[in-house]
Amino acid sequence: MTADLDGLFQALADPTRRAIVERLSRGPASVSDLARPFRISLPAVVQHLAVLETAGVVRSEKIGRVRTCHLDAAALSRAEQWIHDRRTAWSHRLDRLGDYLAADPNGPKDPA
Amino acid sequence: MTDRNVVHATFCLERIYPVPPARAFAAWATAEAKAAWFDGPEGTEIYERSLDFRSGGAERLWGRHAGGKVSDFQARYFEVIPDSRIIYGYDMYVDGLKLSVSLATIEFHAQGQGTRLVMTEQGAFLDGYDDAGSREHGTSWLLDKLGAVLTR
Repeated sequence: MTADLDGLFQALADPTRRAIVERLSRGPASVSDLARPFRISLPAVVQHLAVLETAGVVRSEKIGRVRTCHLDAAALSRAEQWIHDRRTAWSHRLDRLGDYLAADPNGPKDPA
Repeated sequence: MTDRNVVHATFCLERIYPVPPARAFAAWATAEAKAAWFDGPEGTEIYERSLDFRSGGAERLWGRHAGGKVSDFQARYFEVIPDSRIIYGYDMYVDGLKLSVSLATIEFHAQGQGTRLVMTEQGAFLDGYDDAGSREHGTSWLLDKLGAVLTR
């Protein structure tokens, strides 16, 4: 219990991590979306996210090449869940589009 | 009890495809090509699929998912610029309930030999998909979480 609390306070003791939490309170985001507003490297953001995940503040899942982060499921409103689902569905579709294009790069219309 | 509420949100997805913009664009332009990648989850039974791909045209994808949920995507195209940009608005219904109204913008950018596709969706997510306190919920959840830890 104390460890949980320590972890939570440690996770939130950093201004970048608080900014990440604030951003995620408005809806799920990809790691690169999260990194964009900060003047730090992507690996540094990934490290911050790992701290937040360990503390149970943030969860993430990888879909295709995109890792999407959201606040702990218990904290998610249904609206945020819906937006997340929509985004996930589109992420799958665009990956399928990529498979389709790769399988038939010249397409039915273009002369080969 | 009818609880009217709307949540607005935007998301953006980006992909790079190893084909020229004309080829990537063509995958959106006909019902046959689009059916190869745009559909419901595995096992969806399609009731109707139609596409009139032009500014002012309409699209519908209506079907029953394997789990029994019936979803209905009804779109109207606002702008179609060949090989470059598509803008459409759409309603999304699940089991007859309108869940959202969205504007989707698809941009095709040439990048080397390939295409960088950028999709932006701006949505109004409607009644029943919000817990009537999303904003508040988002900002106060940490205190609740802290409270839960302290009282455990």
